[in-house]
Amino acid sequence: MLDASRTAAPLVSLSGAGVFRNGRWLVRGVDMTIRPGEIVTLIGPNGSGKSTTARMATGILKPDEGSVSQRAALRIGYVPQRLAIDRSLPLSVSRLMRLTGPTPHEKIHTSLAAAGVAHLENAQVHDLSGGEFQRVLLARAIAQEPDLLVLDEPVQGVDFNGEVAMYELIGIIRDRVGCGVLLISHDLHVVMAATDTVICLNGHVCCSGSPENVAASEEYRSLFGARAAEAVAFYRHQHDHTHLPDGRVKHADGSITEHCHPEDGHHDHGHDQGHDHSGAAGRANGGGHA
Amino acid sequence: MTKGMIIQAQPGGLMEVAMLDDFFTRALLAGIGVAAVAGPLGCFIVWRRMAYFGDTMAHSALLGVAVSLLLSLNLTAGVFAVAALVSAALIILQRRRALSSDSLLGILSHSTLALGLVMVAAMSWVRIDLMGLLFGDILAVSKLDLAMVYGGGVLVLAALIYLWRPLLAGTVSEEVAEAEGLSPRVSQFAFMLLMAAVIAIAMRIVGVLLITSLLIIPAATARRFAATPEQMAVMAAFVGILAAVGGLFGSLNYDTPSGPSIVVAALVIFLISMAPLRNRALKGGQKP
Repeated sequence: MLDASRTAAPLVSLSGAGVFRNGRWLVRGVDMTIRPGEIVTLIGPNGSGKSTTARMATGILKPDEGSVSQRAALRIGYVPQRLAIDRSLPLSVSRLMRLTGPTPHEKIHTSLAAAGVAHLENAQVHDLSGGEFQRVLLARAIAQEPDLLVLDEPVQGVDFNGEVAMYELIGIIRDRVGCGVLLISHDLHVVMAATDTVICLNGHVCCSGSPENVAASEEYRSLFGARAAEAVAFYRHQHDHTHLPDGRVKHADGSITEHCHPEDGHHDHGHDQGHDHSGAAGRANGGGHA
Repeated sequence: MTKGMIIQAQPGGLMEVAMLDDFFTRALLAGIGVAAVAGPLGCFIVWRRMAYFGDTMAHSALLGVAVSLLLSLNLTAGVFAVAALVSAALIILQRRRALSSDSLLGILSHSTLALGLVMVAAMSWVRIDLMGLLFGDILAVSKLDLAMVYGGGVLVLAALIYLWRPLLAGTVSEEVAEAEGLSPRVSQFAFMLLMAAVIAIAMRIVGVLLITSLLIIPAATARRFAATPEQMAVMAAFVGILAAVGGLFGSLNYDTPSGPSIVVAALVIFLISMAPLRNRALKGGQKP
């Protein structure tokens, strides 16, 4: 996936891009390229310019310096941080799926199924839980067959397991649809594992590269302090098994053992990802039925 | 003027009845036309929590009347222009963020109403039916008004259908609509112009003070029965038509002002609509 995406033409590229508002730079000097099939994650503290950068990438904000170029006729699917839909608006999940463009019925169904929420098709959005709603929003975005999927902190209000499942799901969708993904996150743990490129922002690009390189970098550690070390540890152990609170280990296939297996991938990422995705598909479906 | 022509055309004994029929039919048709447009438009006002905004624009209609009298403009055009200007002023003031929208609306709403009242009263050379403006007057509906209601109404509905997708998407999430290539801000501004148009054409029937209720009450009534936004819009139109017809007959029978009568009819329908829902909820509650 990564090798193929390195050669493909970029969906979006920012070079030296910055936005100036109310007498200050919200963010400046951002270089970022997203290619088909690539997951790029923006991390950084609040107010570090993550959303501004994403809004430049989607074309909502014009840069005041530098440049942003989008591939012609780029289709964007957007998953917002949260939606406050007034209760006076009757909105079924299937109607929400057609919000920004006409969508064939099969497409609605397969997208909901891909997000593990096929059973919610006729539910009203007001009756969904936070996690269900996030999955529906993700399904809505992929039903538009986007070239670029943009997710603004997609796991807010979702519990930890839901968070892991959500990022796994994003990886699966990337593999299936082949779209580029731009993730915005302020939480470090899970997102680091599920991404190809990390860009660490703090008003400017602090550091960027593969998650391992970023996690190991001085800038990253100084920006996030103790939490950074935690994220590194988490990153190394994330791909195919989870350590349960009681010390046992849950594997991607759902089995639980007392210890990690020697063959469990802590370092061999190419192998792990394949492993991880097949397991996650099973888990995502299981979660959907629960 | 038109009444005179009709009186001449009728044979003696039926004169009064025919005259009555004619103005009442006009009023009914106008009421139905206004309600059919106000219902769907009102849904967006409910969804976007713009009730007070609608009120402000409606109150500015009186200023519009005063201005068009002063400059001898067409009344409907004057009202439309002033309502559109007020909404533009509000958008600009909101961007400055010096005062909350709430306070801005309060200032604009009542100052335009007061300004209109003062101007109308000061123009001693024009005779004007203030009560008719404030509360609506079925007698005032001319054939030209009727043409205006239907011509304008069809245009407004056509524009609303055209704007439906970006407007609804922007109502659910401006961010999503914008990121996915719709232009919610443009459609929101267009929506305000549509509201100004509806206020201009509805003013004669329901009056300046009560237009917002014709936008909101039918939509709120329809909410209980609709599963999709489109259903709610169509139902709101029908509830509004029912209220207009009921209210105008009430107004005719009891010699009450047309605007308040229509609003009272809408309120009655709203209250009736709540009853079956409560029963259903009770039945649901009895199940384990």
